[in-house]
Amino acid sequence: MNQWTDILDLTDIPKLGARVVRHGSLDIAVFRTADDEVFALEDRCPHKGGPLSQGIVHGKKVACPLHNWNIELDSGCAVAPDEGCAREFPIKVEGGRVWLDLSAVERAAA
Amino acid sequence: MDMSTPMGHGPKMKLVMVGNGMAGVRTLEELLKLAPDLYDITVFGAEPHPNYNRILLSPVLAGEQTVDDIVLNPLDWYSDNNITLHMGKKVVKIDRSARAVETEDGTRAEYDRLLLATGSNPFILPVPGADLPGVISFRDIADVDAMIRASSQYKHAVVIGGGLLGLEAANGLMKRGMDVSVVHIAPWLMERQLDEPAARLLQKSLEEKGMKFLLQKQTAELVKGESGRVAAIKFKDGDSAPADLVVMAVGIRPNTELAESAGLHCNRGIVVNDTMQTFDPRIYSIGECAAHRGVAYGLVAPLFEQAKVAANHLAHYGIGRYQGSVTSTKLKVTGIDLFSAGDFMGGEGTEAILYSDPIGGVYKKLVLKDNKLVGGVMYGDTVDGAWYFSLLRDGKDVSELRDHLMFGQDHCGNLGHQGINKAATMTDDMEVCGCNGVCKGDIVKAIREKGLFTLEDVRKHTKASSSCGSCTGLVEQILAVTAGGDYSAAPKTKSMCGCTDHTHEAVRAAIRENKLLTIPQVMQFMEWRTPNGCASCRPALNYYLISTWPGEAEDDPQSRFINERAHANIQRDGTYSVIPRMWGGQTTPSELRRIADVAEKYAIPSVKVTGGQRIDLLGVKKEDLPKVWADLDMPSGHAYGKALRTVKTCVGSEWCRFGTQDSTQMGIDLEKVFFKMWAPHKVKLAVSGCPRNCAEVAIKDVGIIGVDSGWEIYVGGNGGIKTEVAQFLVKVKTPDEVLEYSGAFLQLYREEARYLDRTVHYLERVGLDYVKKKILDDNEGRRALYERLLFALSVERDPWVERAKEGKLKHEFETVAA
Repeated sequence: MNQWTDILDLTDIPKLGARVVRHGSLDIAVFRTADDEVFALEDRCPHKGGPLSQGIVHGKKVACPLHNWNIELDSGCAVAPDEGCAREFPIKVEGGRVWLDLSAVERAAA
Repeated sequence: MDMSTPMGHGPKMKLVMVGNGMAGVRTLEELLKLAPDLYDITVFGAEPHPNYNRILLSPVLAGEQTVDDIVLNPLDWYSDNNITLHMGKKVVKIDRSARAVETEDGTRAEYDRLLLATGSNPFILPVPGADLPGVISFRDIADVDAMIRASSQYKHAVVIGGGLLGLEAANGLMKRGMDVSVVHIAPWLMERQLDEPAARLLQKSLEEKGMKFLLQKQTAELVKGESGRVAAIKFKDGDSAPADLVVMAVGIRPNTELAESAGLHCNRGIVVNDTMQTFDPRIYSIGECAAHRGVAYGLVAPLFEQAKVAANHLAHYGIGRYQGSVTSTKLKVTGIDLFSAGDFMGGEGTEAILYSDPIGGVYKKLVLKDNKLVGGVMYGDTVDGAWYFSLLRDGKDVSELRDHLMFGQDHCGNLGHQGINKAATMTDDMEVCGCNGVCKGDIVKAIREKGLFTLEDVRKHTKASSSCGSCTGLVEQILAVTAGGDYSAAPKTKSMCGCTDHTHEAVRAAIRENKLLTIPQVMQFMEWRTPNGCASCRPALNYYLISTWPGEAEDDPQSRFINERAHANIQRDGTYSVIPRMWGGQTTPSELRRIADVAEKYAIPSVKVTGGQRIDLLGVKKEDLPKVWADLDMPSGHAYGKALRTVKTCVGSEWCRFGTQDSTQMGIDLEKVFFKMWAPHKVKLAVSGCPRNCAEVAIKDVGIIGVDSGWEIYVGGNGGIKTEVAQFLVKVKTPDEVLEYSGAFLQLYREEARYLDRTVHYLERVGLDYVKKKILDDNEGRRALYERLLFALSVERDPWVERAKEGKLKHEFETVAA
């Protein structure tokens, strides 16, 4: 069952930026693109665990701050030829508020 | 002409490719990456093989690899990508009005787009007997098979042509046990790549392996033996030699027969434009058969550049242009290291630097023109080939390097690969790239398994040489040994990044001349390909904007690398390090007490003294940063930024019995004036109070040495990847002059260097003379530069104060609970 939870205002996230949402011990990076699309990924690069929330967002990608791997925001996967994926979580914007599906987050944390 | 194309849900367009070789198939691979479903693809190949690596025919002939080893795209690849493959079928006709091609056996295929990648044909000398059995060329697998068969039955082989291909064929045949003579018309071998001394060394070492040479000999006739097979070669001077096998390797000709028969314009190749289209815009041509701006390239790297552009255009992106390549050559004969590039012979208006050690078997020649490297040839020690090649390609002013240019990059202080300069002597478990921990075996494996050909490919897949770049020469050697010859070729101009074709200089000029103030404005004005750039161009643009229009262009935190956005240095575990500024390396008991208290209060796990006379607090949680800064109550040290870092000082005349000047105070003054200065890269200063130079000013961007009569200013030093000793700029009398001259130099660097160039790179590019002209000869210009720097600094604020005390960009440091 979905457990949509209101987490923050869209404007709380800078355009081409991210915020860290903490659920228990799990950090989730919530990104906002130039076109106000939002994406939620586990805040861990599949390469060496770098915090993706701290990277530069461009297009629908984020460059990991540690070794510059590019991660696709919609799939969580590294741009080829790099390999690996960060977990992605359902997220949506409604009425200017950003909603995260905590049931998926909890499944991931378990 | 109707160029409209069915898009969307209509039937797919048809793409036909004639020629199943490396350049063509690479185009398909690039196309499938961009637009996997745009075309129904049909491929015709005259050879009965899938695409293989033609460059590696030499190692196959030499018995070092097998045909299976060199297949690049097995048959599965074609079927997996729904490509209809016709092997062993030669296309003989293009019906342009009906848009169809036809093969010898009548197979017909229609096209919406046609790609001609017919490659080249070996040139066969028009001498009597050229058509005898036993006379072949060296071009494809069938030729290699014929040579291998002959080597098991016959004794005497003659290779006509002492160029790259001929020598590789001769080497292979010799390894197969034949007695091989190389016939060459010129006075020395490989005259298109080597000068005489290098060629003589090459000849000598091949002779030691058992190869024979018949130089300055012209073939008159190939003589038939009793069996009907070739038996001897006769020369115009009357000599002759036994020959059971004759390999003609005298050159190749672009294969334009098919194109010409279809009425396409050809001139030493099928003439194409910068998007690789022929005079019929539905028909593209790439590879050895294509003539671009009058040049038909025969090396892989430029062909792959072409493939990228053609694929891009076929995929309807239409943003790439091929603008020609500079190429270099390397011989693939095991145990022989040889490299040549550019105008290696020299001539009027050029000068040459020579290094010759005939006993040691090393010869190097570098040709210079107007203080720039224009060509070179190396024999026996080629590790610096890539470095020379990049100097040549970038047209760098080498007058400052001149006296040690010959000794290579290592001599310029390169570190990080154990001083090894021969990849061949390395074992698989030896580390090549010290930055990314990549071993030789990893690189070889990636090249083999992923089919890599270019340095860029290897960098992307393995990360080797992608950080500091000092192992580039080794990686290129491994590439050359593993994938075959010609690795290094590159576009003539270097664009800022993949988002644009414009150079750094062009972008800076546009920002200045058109008063562009925001990143979106620049991207729109310069027609960026991507909607909002990438992690490489955005920080550069942000810097160019704020440094060109201080106070007017607004800083964009989202275009800053995290360190400059968080104003602390991200560590491998995602925590941060904090280095408060200590003016000139001086501190007080009260500052030290605050640092100690902060470290305890925020449970900061590590406290370390830095190399720049400051104290580093490592392992700070991001959310604690503003509180840490508030409690420290010290200025930002900018240790995280492309900015003024430290000003290192010795104690100077106040305490030291040798000191001649108050270097500590001078350092404090410099640091206070230049505080908050953003730059293309980090900037480090140092001041020593006497020539004993305890502050190590020789490896700083600006280094000052106090002498009895004043101050000496040195610029462009670097203690990093590539140790570089600073160069003397000027001697001045007063501390005010030190500030003005140093500041003017730094402002010049800020205004003209490419983003991420250190002062040494900037100096290498423009030369010290240029800087002297701007700073020493032009008093007004110098003062204006200094004024501009002071103005830019006047609008900057201490980022720690803004964030710790005024709550700026609070969201950056706050986590949301859910």
